[in-house]
Formats: sequence, structure tokens, C-alpha cells
Amino acid sequence: MLTTLLIFFPLAAALLIFALRSKQSHALAFGAACIELLISAVVVYQFKTGDAENLRANFQWIERIGLSYYVDIDGISLLLVLLTTVLVPFIILSSFGKSFSKPSTFYGLILVMQMALIGVFVAQDGLLFYLFWEIALIPIYFICLIWGGENRGKITFKFFMYTLAGSLLMLIALIYLYLHTPGVHSFDVEALYAAGQGLSGGEQGFIFWFLFAAFAVKMPVFPFHTWQPDTYTVAPTQGTMLLSGIMLKMGIYGVIRWLVPVVPFGVITWGYTAILISVIGIIYASCIAIVQKDFKRLIAYSSIAHVGLIAAGLFTLTATGIQGAMIQMISHGIVVVGMFFIIDIVFDRTKTTALADLGGIRNVAPKLATVFVITLLGSVALPLTSGFIGEFLLISSIFQYRAWLGALAGLTIILGAVYMLRTFQKSMSGDTNTLTASVTDLTWNEKAVLYPIVVLIILIGIYPAPILSISEPAVAKLLELYSPLTAIR
Amino acid sequence: MNALYIVCGLGLTALVAELFNARKILSFLVIIGLAVAIGLTIPELGTSVSYFTNMVVFDNFAMAFSILIMTVTILWFWMAQDYFNQDLAHYTDRASLILFTVAGGILMASFNNMAILFLGIEILSLSLYTLAGSKRDSLASNEAAFKYFLMGSFATGFLLLGIALVYGATASFNVQTIAATVVINSATLPAFFYVGVLLIMVGLAFKISAVPFHFWAPDVYSGSPTSVTAFMSTVVKVAAIAAFVKVFSVCFGHIAPSWSLVLKIIMILTLAVPNLIAAAQDNVKRMLAYSSVGHVGYILLAFLSQPENSASGIFYYLSAYSVASITSFAVLLQVEKLNSGTDIVQFNGLFKRNPLLAVAITVALLSLAGIPPLAGFFGKYMVFIQAIDKGMISLTILAIVTSLMGAYYYFRVIIAMFLQEPAGGAITVSTSQKILIVVLVAGMFALSMVPDYLLELF
Repeated sequence: MLTTLLIFFPLAAALLIFALRSKQSHALAFGAACIELLISAVVVYQFKTGDAENLRANFQWIERIGLSYYVDIDGISLLLVLLTTVLVPFIILSSFGKSFSKPSTFYGLILVMQMALIGVFVAQDGLLFYLFWEIALIPIYFICLIWGGENRGKITFKFFMYTLAGSLLMLIALIYLYLHTPGVHSFDVEALYAAGQGLSGGEQGFIFWFLFAAFAVKMPVFPFHTWQPDTYTVAPTQGTMLLSGIMLKMGIYGVIRWLVPVVPFGVITWGYTAILISVIGIIYASCIAIVQKDFKRLIAYSSIAHVGLIAAGLFTLTATGIQGAMIQMISHGIVVVGMFFIIDIVFDRTKTTALADLGGIRNVAPKLATVFVITLLGSVALPLTSGFIGEFLLISSIFQYRAWLGALAGLTIILGAVYMLRTFQKSMSGDTNTLTASVTDLTWNEKAVLYPIVVLIILIGIYPAPILSISEPAVAKLLELYSPLTAIR
Repeated sequence: MNALYIVCGLGLTALVAELFNARKILSFLVIIGLAVAIGLTIPELGTSVSYFTNMVVFDNFAMAFSILIMTVTILWFWMAQDYFNQDLAHYTDRASLILFTVAGGILMASFNNMAILFLGIEILSLSLYTLAGSKRDSLASNEAAFKYFLMGSFATGFLLLGIALVYGATASFNVQTIAATVVINSATLPAFFYVGVLLIMVGLAFKISAVPFHFWAPDVYSGSPTSVTAFMSTVVKVAAIAAFVKVFSVCFGHIAPSWSLVLKIIMILTLAVPNLIAAAQDNVKRMLAYSSVGHVGYILLAFLSQPENSASGIFYYLSAYSVASITSFAVLLQVEKLNSGTDIVQFNGLFKRNPLLAVAITVALLSLAGIPPLAGFFGKYMVFIQAIDKGMISLTILAIVTSLMGAYYYFRVIIAMFLQEPAGGAITVSTSQKILIVVLVAGMFALSMVPDYLLELF
């Protein structure tokens, strides 16, 4: 029941906001997102006190097509739900002080997006998962289309077509699995696992690629990433935050829940290829990031590099790798939202994101510069920041898998330091110029977003145990499946 | 059966309404009459009664399709008020022609005898030929009527010859007798029987506008008055597909291997060609015409994968499709009325000019494109699940590629509405049309929430 409330409260709030068309839509949306955060706190309490049964809901919805409304929250889901409910208030808060045409539509769509994201993370029925997965695309598409920057029509359309193509392939795979479920066909997650594990090696390979296509486009992993830099650049900042902070985690979550346990032989057979392209993506995206002239694009490419590392760690199929992916998802979500907000603040003051035009902001806005440094260090995985824990676990898992791949993946830290420090140097240090001389320091709502983010980055870096312990049992359960298969690997 | 009497009665009433100066209440009368007909049919669901010495059978298949046809007609009447008011002198003629089309459609869903099938098709077609040309001063409308008439009568010729050949082999017009004969004598059927089956397929493929028998459709759809186009691409399509499904699942289902290859080629072409061409259209009306041809491809895919067990999936698909189509045409009519054109540029900035219209047509186009959670998605989902169940994975992938093309051209309109600068001032919509549009949007969501009710009809 609680889980259902968690999913549909944002939708109800969104409909209310659509209907009221209030000038105060931003405040309403922020209030709703805060209430949602409280609901998720209750969920954590229930989860911790062992009342996990209360979080489950399962009933038949459309019998003829095998659709059940089946939702549940385990450790993996809980972390991502928390990521969503924590980030959305910040994302909404970050937009305060800006004026949007049709604000009620804008904030309503953000909340609809939140509904779909939470639905994706808690659905335990394959078709329900697919429905939420697709619904998530609609609000973000319109957010980018209506409030985006130059040339947004073409760019957001490319984004839409890429993800839609991936999703449709996933639909085929899900239907195929559904038709192979033992007994009465069902989309129940356990039934789909049983169906997938019963398939022959060849069939598992084909299911693997169909599912992987959908998840790889969403993350995005090289070479499915070509929609991403443009879309991140052109989207309004809140849209970029949603896309990079939460939406790309849909892809990673999809791999953990709907790929790895479904076709174990497929994953073992093709995992190496997947890791290989992920590692190629890490190096490739990092190199491109180094030569970027635009601040926002640079972060977009760095995001591809980070996600590549997460994907590579996942496919090692070790507890280290998957736990590393879990914590890195949280860390990346927080860091990237902070980072895009800082870019937005800089753009707001100077009307440019070209690195060549910036410089010297540190002199006029020391608070902004400090916040940027900490966020940046989180991004380059300095010890005692949140980024370190995740990247360390991920790289060590890849290293155990194939030492040379681990070594290559480890380059991400060095390359990351190169482009991030260069960015800092070009934007913040040096002398002020005509554009940056008038930059003002953080306002109240910017502080309200960035200070908590900075605190979280450091806090998770120092004491990640609570987060790791939430997902640990679920990850262990996931890997149990593979213990009889390790001999083959 | 009562439905058929009522519809014919309404048609005759409409013919003479002018005499009694009843034009003003005619529209109201028609909507009430059709609602009563639906109300009388619903309790009969679950029964199967034959009439006229077994020439017509009202089973669940016939009644479900009749209800769909009449429901869409009600929505259409509501939508098409302007079409009737434009030309008051022909108000009653048009209403009666529409009603006779509906009567023909009901016969096409309920026939149990090839002669009735033919009769139904002719009643439907003859009225439509006239309706297509009902904008007398428009060259395009005249062209549409003429083209439709020539092509349509040609197709009817094929159908008739096919029926005759099948009669020659089975000595019967009765659907059940033909089916039984086919089962018993399947080894000894003469070659001309199969020629007959193919000719019937060609004839009906014209009616459902499957490629390569679709050439009339885009010109007729874009030349006819927009309201008539909406009627053709919903009500008429539903009736034609009902007839097609019934003939080939009941009569010739047993010998499916002999025609399934031909139908498969038709299906592949129907998926690929219209979707490709639609992507190149700059006129929304013409784009919708091609897209409506493309949708037939998905229906044929569902039918082909399980000829004897696909009716409920197809019925759901058609319901979702019809509601979404009527919605897009309702918005199209409003845009056309103000801008006197249906080019895609007329949709520029519609979101700013009238958010209700923009959101409604967006929902409709998303449903047509098959985006969850709208009804169109569940329709496509059922097509895919049937096809994959029968191992037609490569055809399903083709259907997915064409769905992507569909998304491409539907989104061109969406992008124009939300992205471009307005092409004119605000659009005001009459209250009745506003209510209709809200009802239609609610209908699209409702269809997706509770598809079980429709699926369990048969």
C-alpha cells in the first residue's frame, strides 16, 4: 500500500498542479516532492524494521494480457527510490527564481516523471516495468521539447527515437520470455527468471542483446550514446538533471534486475563483449571530454565515462562490482545534479558555457568556487568523497575479472582528473574578464541545493556503510544464482 | 438484429425528415436512436440468433463489431456537426447516406451468407461514393468520388467472381456450409476454388485498403471532405476488417496454408509502404490517410499469426485505433476550419493557440504510435504477443521498425505544435466540441485501463 502511495502521490500532485494552473506551481511542486521524500523515509523505516511485507502489492490487472500490478521494494530498489525522492526536491528547488512559460505544465511534468521513475524501480512485473519505462520517456521528452535550447526539435527527437527503438526491442524480449514462462503465463519477475534460465544458449544470447539494447541506450553505453551529449546540452537544466541524475540509472537498474538474473548464460557468454565496449566507451568519452570547449558538453561526456565504468563493473558479476555500481549510482546522481546546477548558475550569470570565455570566477564568487571544487573532487573520485568508494569497488572488480581491462578502466580516474581540473582552471581560477567580473555569489536557493549536495558527497565518502548495507542482501541474493555457474566462467 | 432495424429505420426517417421539417432535431434523433440500438444490443451479448433463413447471424462477433460501429458513428455525428450545417439543403440526404453506410457495415459484420456479404458491401460502398463527392464544388472531392467508385466497383467485380467460383466448388453461399465443405473435401477441391479464394481476398483487400490494393485510399481520403474521411477511416474500416476476418477465419480458416503466403506478402507491403510514404507527407490529412492504411498491416499481422483466434485482439486494436483517429480528426477539423488547410504548418504553435486541442491530438497521436500507457500500445502489444507466440519474430521486428516510422511522422506534428511559433491567433472551440474532445481523451485512457471488458466479448 505504501509503495502504491509512493508511486501515485506525485501523479496526483501533478494532476492537481495541471488543474490549478497556479502562479505558485513551483512551490506546490516543491511541497509535493518534500512530502514524497517523507513517504520514502517511512518506507525506509518499514524496510529497516522488517515490515517488508507491507511494501508488497500484487494483484491481477489485465488478465488477458498477463499484466499484474505487482510492486515490491528490496534493497536495490530502495536505494534508487531514495535517490529519486532525494534528488527531485533539489531539482525543483534549483529552478526557483527562474521564469518558465506555462510553469504549471513544467512542474507537473517533473512530478509525472518522478512517478514513472519510482514505478520503474519498484515494478516486479515485466510488463508493468515496461509501461513505467515508456511513460518516463514522455514527460522528459516534452520538458526538453518545450523548454529546451536551440535546435531542440531535432535533438530531442533523436533522443526519443533512440530510446523508443531500444524499448521496442526490449518489449519483444519480454514477450518472448513471457511466452516461455512455465505453467500459466505471467510477467511475474520470478516467472520471467525461470523462463529465461530455461532457454537454450542461443536464445539467451538473443534475449541478452534485445534487453541490453534498451538499457544501453538509456545509460548510454558506447556506441549507443550518440543522442546523449546533444540532448544534455539542449535540455533545460532541470531536464538535464533528471536525465543524468536519475533517468540513466533506469538503464543500470534494468541490467541488474531485468538482465543479469534473467539470462545467466547469455550474460556469461556476452558479458565480456559488454565489458569491452563499456571500457572502450570510458576511454573514448574521457578523451572527447578532454577536448570539449563547452562546459555542459564536457560534463555530458564525463557522464558517459562514469556510466561506462558502472556497466563494466556490473557485468563482472561479482558482489564487489554490483555493490560498487549501487553506490556509484547514488554518488553519480548526486554529483552530476550538483555539477549541472553549477553550470546553470555560471550560465545564468554570464550567459555562456564556453570554457574559453570564463575564468576568474573564484575571485568574485568564492562560495560557488568552493562548492564546485568539492563536487569536482567527488566526480574525480578523490578518497573521502562519495565517488571514491564506488569507483574503487568497480575498478577492483574489473581488475579481478581481467587485469588489463581493469588497468584500462582505471585510466578514467586519471583522465577524469585531467578534464575536470582543466575545467576548474579555465572557469574558476585566473583573472576575471568582462563576462565573469560581475558574477555574483550563491543565492539562498542555490545554497539550499548545493550545500546539502556537498555534505552528502563528503558524508557518503566517509561513511558509506549504511548505503552498502541496504543493498547487500539483495545483491547477494542476485548472485546466488551464479554460484553454480562460476565453474563455467 | 434490433440494431439493424433501428439503423435502417433512422435512415428512412432521415430521408423523409425534410418533409416534416424535422431537420433541426434529426441529428439529435440519430444520436438517441443509435444509443438505443446499442442499448438493445448489449443485453443480447452471449446469445447467437440467426435471421432470414440463416442469412444473417447475430453472434458475439457480429454484435461486438456492430456496437463498435455504432459507437464510433455516434462520436462521429457529434464531431461532424459542421459538415451537416455547411449545406443545409443536403442535411438530411447526408444523414441518411451515413446511416445506410452503417447499416451496410452491420451486415458486413453479421452476414452468414456470401450474398449478404455482397449486399452489405454494396450498401456501404454506394453510400460512400456519394458522400466522398458531397463537396460538389470541389474538384478534389469529385475526383475522390469518381476514383473511389471506379476502383470500388472493380474490386466488387473481383469479389463477386470469387464468390461465384467458391459457389461452383462448394455449391453453397452459406458461410457454415462452405466451411464444412472445405473441411470435408479439402483434398479434392478443384483448382478454381482456390482461384475463387484469392479473388475474394483481392476484393476484400481493396475494401480494407491493403497494399498493393490501396492506391485509391490516399486520394480518396484527402479529396473527400475531412468529416467523411474521418468516417471512412474509422467506421468503414472497422466494417471491412470485420468482413475480412469473418470470411477468412470461418470459411477458409481450414485451408489457411494455401492463402497465408499471399496474405503475408500483402501484410509486409502494407506495413512497409504506407508508413514510408506517410513519413514524407507534409499534409496532415494525407499523412493520417496513409497511416490508416499502415494500421491495417498490424491487424493483418495479428490475423495471420492466428487466423482463428485473433478476433478479440483485432477488435481491441480497432477500438483503440478508431477512438484515436476520431480524436485526431476532431482536432484536424477545428484547425482546418480556421486555417482552411491541413498542412503541417497549420499546426505550428497549436499548443499556444489552444492547449486543449494540442494536448488532445498529442494523446491521440501517441496512442496511434503505440506509446504506453495508451490504448494503442495495448493493441500493438496484443499483435506482437500473438505473432511472437507463433514464432514470427522477424515479422515482429519489421512491425517494430514500421512503428518507429510511425512515431517519426506522428511526432512531426507534435513537434510542430509544441516547438514552432504560432501560425495565427488563438483558436476558440465550441463547448460541444470541447466536451467531445474531453470525452474522447478520457475514452483513450479508459480503453487502456480496462481492456479486459472488450477482450472478453468473444
